[in-house]
Amino acid sequence: MTRDLRRVLVVVPAWNEEGSIGSVLDEIARALPNADVLVVDDFSSDRTASIARAAGVDLISNIFNLGVGGAMRVGFRYGADRGYDALVQIDADGQHDPSYAPALLEALDSSPGPAVVIAARFDSSEDYPVPRARRWAMRLLAAYLSRLTGCRLTDATSGFRAYNRDAIALFARTYPADYLSDTVESLIIASEAGARISQLSTVMRPRIAGMPSQSRPRALLYLSRVALMLFLQAIRPGRTRPASALPWSTAARPIIEEKP
Amino acid sequence: MTGVHLTVLLSTGAAVAAVVELLRRRHLREKYAVVWLAVCLPMIVFAIAPNLFNRLAHAIGVINPPDLLTVLACLFLLVVCVYMSWELGRLEDRTRRLAEEVALLRRDVGAGH
Repeated sequence: MTRDLRRVLVVVPAWNEEGSIGSVLDEIARALPNADVLVVDDFSSDRTASIARAAGVDLISNIFNLGVGGAMRVGFRYGADRGYDALVQIDADGQHDPSYAPALLEALDSSPGPAVVIAARFDSSEDYPVPRARRWAMRLLAAYLSRLTGCRLTDATSGFRAYNRDAIALFARTYPADYLSDTVESLIIASEAGARISQLSTVMRPRIAGMPSQSRPRALLYLSRVALMLFLQAIRPGRTRPASALPWSTAARPIIEEKP
Repeated sequence: MTGVHLTVLLSTGAAVAAVVELLRRRHLREKYAVVWLAVCLPMIVFAIAPNLFNRLAHAIGVINPPDLLTVLACLFLLVVCVYMSWELGRLEDRTRRLAEEVALLRRDVGAGH
């Protein structure tokens, strides 16, 4: 294998993850020894920030809680400002196994135009029970997004992803900040911008610490939110943006107009 | 002039005075003040000449004139609420962007390290 010369930034959005962030950062350092690591501490009230600082990684602290979407937007801005070639997003709760990160980067297309690789969590149902409503929500999403992106996606809500340079630039401006829907909406934005989206299967681990949000009423709420989001996406303008309007096409123009 | 009409006239006058005072102290942006003044002025007119309102209601087929007033008030408040939600969402978005910017800048100047 030829040596990977890309400059890689690992962004770890973290909110009250003192129980797991230390070991996650260790694993990242082992998996990607040449990558820079940025922890975006989303206004944690525990020792998350001090653990990250002690680990010697770069740290940005939000001044109030912005949610995963807001934390990631900070990460994308940081990556775009410093000209990184690739960005890997890994959650701080330990359910993403950083040892898959090199494989994600290898699958990432670095040629012009945004590209995203999603690490899909392999559905080994017995290992972690998922309420039926949430399972339906995930299936509905997977079917819709597979059709939209033209790539068979089984786990669109996975937050374990790799982005190339143009995807970093795209999301530095447009990453959605809405709670929970950021992972899905970002895929819709990416596919509208003509991104190449692909998936890599991984085995998911249970969280090291923290509470999973898997109770039945919450799963039902999640299902209805997914349905509402898909409905809103279907009626929003901007579906048929011509490819010539994209910045990496020969006629360079802004991708997504700033809202007035 | 009956007691009811006097009450309406006085309270409308008080509302107009309050809006003007808020404007004078620069506590209310003009774009909002215009809306409230636009509501207050017809109210004053109708408080002075209630028959005008009754005739208007009958002209558009409303049998009980106060019903027209209630419907118009509800519609107006609904529009105001929707507009306020829109404005709130826009402000929230800007606040978030400012917070992100501050977080990035704080890191650059080395604050909190």
